[in-house]
Amino acid sequence: MSIRVDGVSKSYSAYPALNRVSLSVANGEFVALLGPSCSGKTTLLRILAGLEVPEHGRVWFGHEDVTFAKPASRGIGFVFQHYALFGHMTAAQNIAFGLDVMPGASRPSRSAIAERVEQLLELVQLPGLGSRYPNQLSGGQRQRIALARALARDPRILLLDEPLGALDAKVRRELRDALRKIHDELGLTSIFVTHDHEEAFGLADRVAILNIGGIEQFASPAEIQGAPASEFVRNFLA
Amino acid sequence: MRSTSLREPAAAKAALIFAALVYVGIMLVLPLAAVLTEALRHGWQAWLAAVSEPDARAAIRLTLLVAAISVPLNTIFGIAAAWAIAKFDFCGKSALITFIELPFSVSPVVSGLVFVLLFGAQGWFGEWLGERDIRIIFALPGLVLATVFVTFPFVARQLIPLMTAQGRGEEEAATTLGASGWQTFWRVTVPNLRFGRLYGVILCNARAMGEFGAVSVVSGHIRGETNTMPLQVEALYNDYDFVAAFAVASLLTLLALVTLALKSAMEWRHRGELAARF
Repeated sequence: MSIRVDGVSKSYSAYPALNRVSLSVANGEFVALLGPSCSGKTTLLRILAGLEVPEHGRVWFGHEDVTFAKPASRGIGFVFQHYALFGHMTAAQNIAFGLDVMPGASRPSRSAIAERVEQLLELVQLPGLGSRYPNQLSGGQRQRIALARALARDPRILLLDEPLGALDAKVRRELRDALRKIHDELGLTSIFVTHDHEEAFGLADRVAILNIGGIEQFASPAEIQGAPASEFVRNFLA
Repeated sequence: MRSTSLREPAAAKAALIFAALVYVGIMLVLPLAAVLTEALRHGWQAWLAAVSEPDARAAIRLTLLVAAISVPLNTIFGIAAAWAIAKFDFCGKSALITFIELPFSVSPVVSGLVFVLLFGAQGWFGEWLGERDIRIIFALPGLVLATVFVTFPFVARQLIPLMTAQGRGEEEAATTLGASGWQTFWRVTVPNLRFGRLYGVILCNARAMGEFGAVSVVSGHIRGETNTMPLQVEALYNDYDFVAAFAVASLLTLLALVTLALKSAMEWRHRGELAARF
């Protein structure tokens, strides 16, 4: 699913402001939103998810205007920095949540849900851990469960808010590779927020560099490194 | 391994322990013991007779009934208010928080008087109610209103910090996974506040059964009809019927101890989950 952000602004919110941001992402692309804190990258991601509503501008998924659509109806998967797993549910129940809350007619049968959960546990390489509670899992394992949960309803778009931010270096590298693999395997359009340029350049097809609410440069890692568009980009990469 | 440098000298330790014990003894144990001793001064039979006397039984029934109505009301309101305040942003949020705390800062007598001014015979709605023969003041509805008002903040006050600390992450996750607001509330928010909610409800219940001031104003003190247990204790005491007064008082104390025991039992039953989550 392609994404188009058209002149989006947001000022009053708990998150940093955005000022007339436009961005186009092709179907199947892996894009990183890179920037220092308060650059607005998380705000942009939350607007894509529908967790924030912009004051100006439009957001398009394919040919559909989703600017004011509820998060529940956008067909997205969202991965949070601090996992946001449901503490009172097992890993399997967490993963099944998106399927369990579907309205009666379209909800898969219990056995189909169980099968899908097993399949997702395989995908994130944690088979057999479905009966654990989140507090019995390591950080990396939790984020894998959160990823599986976000993928349960076959989203067209995967949004990740600093998904590796809370993890240590080794787990980070492993999960980074797993992320890219899953993205390619499922043919998703993924948008990934990070403040770590190594991570962004190692993972993404294209990187958007944000600074105080605007995009400084949006290009492939090679292009950005070859020809930084501004003084800010040059300094940020240095 | 224990660090000796962190240990106090034995004398200081003993003095501190002694001071703490004396304080707890005078402030908590002695009053409790006094109530029980006075209540049982003339033996079990006298105690039993005093608490099973018709007026006392009516007071017990009324107290339990008032608590049974007001505690669920304030629980529902408290959860709803805490949920709105902790999980959403809206205009007037700080005003709402202040309003919720109002009953804590208003004298209970005033809390009672407010309802007399509104619903009493000379009150704003007194005439209208009188014509329709609806009794609020000096009757059960007045007692419930006053109790609800006084115990209004307990559940909400206790839940707001808890729910704010939990943040909105799990709710946001639920909505991105396709859950409706209703599903998010019941499947994510409510299971997450089990213990916090319980504690507030127990405090609310203890206060609802023990409230004196506000209830005293709206009750009318009709024995066997509108006297709750605290009011009955006062009435008996003013009659110089000390044994009966302390008997009812001991029962009220017992109810408080039962609530505390219930709370501890719930905490003990779920101790594994508590330890894992906090």
